[in-house]
Amino acid sequence: MSGVLEGAMREQEQRLGIRISLSHEKEPLGTAGPLALARELLTESLEPFFVLNSDVICDFPFTDMVRFHKHHGKEGSIVVTKVEEPSKYGVVVCEAETGRIHRFVEKPQVFVSNKINAGMYIFNPSLLHRIQLRPTSIEKEIFPVMAQDAELYAMELQGFWMDIGQPRDFLTGMCMFLQSLRVQHPERLHTGPGFMGNVLVDPSAQIGENCTIGPNVTIGAGVVVEDGVRIKRCTILKGSRIRSHSWLESCIVGWLSSVGQWVRMENVTVLGEDVIVNDELYLNGANVLPHKSIAESVPEPRIIM
Amino acid sequence: MIQHHIEACTKVPSMKEILLVGFYQPNEALSRFLVSAQQEFKIPIRYLQEYAALGTGGGIYHFRDQILSGSPEAFFVLNADVCSEFPLPEMLAFQQQCGDPHSFVMLGTTANRKQSLNYGCIVANTETNEVLHYVEKPSTFISEIINCGIYLFTPTIFQHIGEVFQRTQQELLLEDSTNGWQRAEVIRLEQDVFTALAGRGKLYVYKTDGFWSQIKSAGSAIYASRLYLSQYSQCHPERLARNSPGGPTIRGNVYIHPTASIDRSAVLGPNVSIGKGVTVGAGVRVRESIILHGASLQDHTCVLNSIVGWDSTIGRWARVEGTPSDPNPNDPYAKIDSETLFRDGRLTPSITILGCNVTIPAEVVILNSIVLPHKELSRSFKNQIIL
Repeated sequence: MSGVLEGAMREQEQRLGIRISLSHEKEPLGTAGPLALARELLTESLEPFFVLNSDVICDFPFTDMVRFHKHHGKEGSIVVTKVEEPSKYGVVVCEAETGRIHRFVEKPQVFVSNKINAGMYIFNPSLLHRIQLRPTSIEKEIFPVMAQDAELYAMELQGFWMDIGQPRDFLTGMCMFLQSLRVQHPERLHTGPGFMGNVLVDPSAQIGENCTIGPNVTIGAGVVVEDGVRIKRCTILKGSRIRSHSWLESCIVGWLSSVGQWVRMENVTVLGEDVIVNDELYLNGANVLPHKSIAESVPEPRIIM
Repeated sequence: MIQHHIEACTKVPSMKEILLVGFYQPNEALSRFLVSAQQEFKIPIRYLQEYAALGTGGGIYHFRDQILSGSPEAFFVLNADVCSEFPLPEMLAFQQQCGDPHSFVMLGTTANRKQSLNYGCIVANTETNEVLHYVEKPSTFISEIINCGIYLFTPTIFQHIGEVFQRTQQELLLEDSTNGWQRAEVIRLEQDVFTALAGRGKLYVYKTDGFWSQIKSAGSAIYASRLYLSQYSQCHPERLARNSPGGPTIRGNVYIHPTASIDRSAVLGPNVSIGKGVTVGAGVRVRESIILHGASLQDHTCVLNSIVGWDSTIGRWARVEGTPSDPNPNDPYAKIDSETLFRDGRLTPSITILGCNVTIPAEVVILNSIVLPHKELSRSFKNQIIL
């Protein structure tokens, strides 16, 4: 698996003209331990560094974050975002004007605050004195101490944010991302007869005739969508093929998968890499592990391994 | 459905007329059917309506004068709710060989031990084929030979039915009942007549290995359709649709009425029957289904294991799907189960049925459901009866 990641990172290094180093945990070190593992890389310069959780999507206001961090001059900055149901997460209690964080509360029973940790931070290298090389949770062990020391500040995120760790939330985040694309870079979205709403299509993808694609669809490189296909609210990953007359809503189709003719997939059906779905099946909330072949309908949500 | 019965009757030389006996109210559809059937088969056909539901024997007994008018030597009685090869000429030849010109013949077929309990069971002399013992739906195993509901009688049958009628009347007079006279006319051919006739040298069984199935539920209709279509592929292949350039793709046995209009990109079959004036749009997939007159399937729909009622409409990209309940294909004598509608408080997955004039909107799924006539649905449904 890491071979794939290394290859992809080398491509990005070349494309962006920067250096990308990979720090590989031999055992899981939590959310703070890996920083201690990468201590040497992080302390090469005296400048502050970003720490970003990879399973979030937003506008990534990195310039604003740098400005905010330099302004208060303390050890750490956390980006927070406002949510409707904060009790599902850990909430951040902070001072309205300065953003100085007072404390964190995990899944509060009564309303304490509607701001939650958005998973993006800037730290001064001095932070590393607080972290030992062992499994450590940054939220539970490091942040509360920094808050007491008045060294932690919260910057409120403007714009959309989504934790995309779960497939259902991934699709919601995808919709938010496409909407922000419509506002900022509408030329990148695909328009034309048969396309509705926000649709992103890789130039190398092929779409057949009499299809209706969208709203909220992302189609990757080399994907082939045959005639008469209806796709709504889906992500179709690279190299897949959706055969004719199928109907997909709220699905994620993994790389190199093949969905047969007259297939109906809905309700956050997720196909892993290289999955084959036979013709005329009905998949409702099926989570299919990679390299599987599906020959029977899945009328109720379940995992296929 | 009874078209097959009528056609089989006309195969018997010397068949003079066909009488349909039933408790249904006659309606326009029935009258039109009778007219067209008479034109097609060139034989008089009439519908005689019972004044009350008279059981499996009461109807023919009530109309015995009509049946005997013209002094026929013999007459066949066919239950309408069976699907069969109808070996009627063979039954007639068999009866003539039997010796006794007044003998009655019952068509029998083989079932497996467990399922035979759901039917009338026949014990017969293996040489003469005389029925020695008959029990309708026994609770313990009697015989694997079951009654197909297809009989050949001579006019003397009415004496026997008459005896049953008299006896029932006597019994009812002894009871204190206000509807005595009406109930005496309800005669069950199987329990009351055959059971008594068994072992008296009058009743014979003609065993067939040809296809046979009861048609009591919707699931059975699709199974029966498959049996008839495969019979057509052997005896009347010209009636089945064939692949042709510019036409839809046909897989297996498919019947398409000449007035139906099918897009060339549609894929039909196996086991599909398309009725009069049906419209099938582009990229439609139909398999193991019956599409009745005037229905319309719009582009990219998928119809599997379903019956689509007259004049219904299925919107684009919709999926209408049922669950087949076919008998075990590994057992040559297995018969289709008569399903219970509910099991453990839930609807048993079965063939999806859309009543007449039902509208299914675009992009929904209708799974294992029964939709009553004239409904216009607005969303997906699964495992439900929609009233």
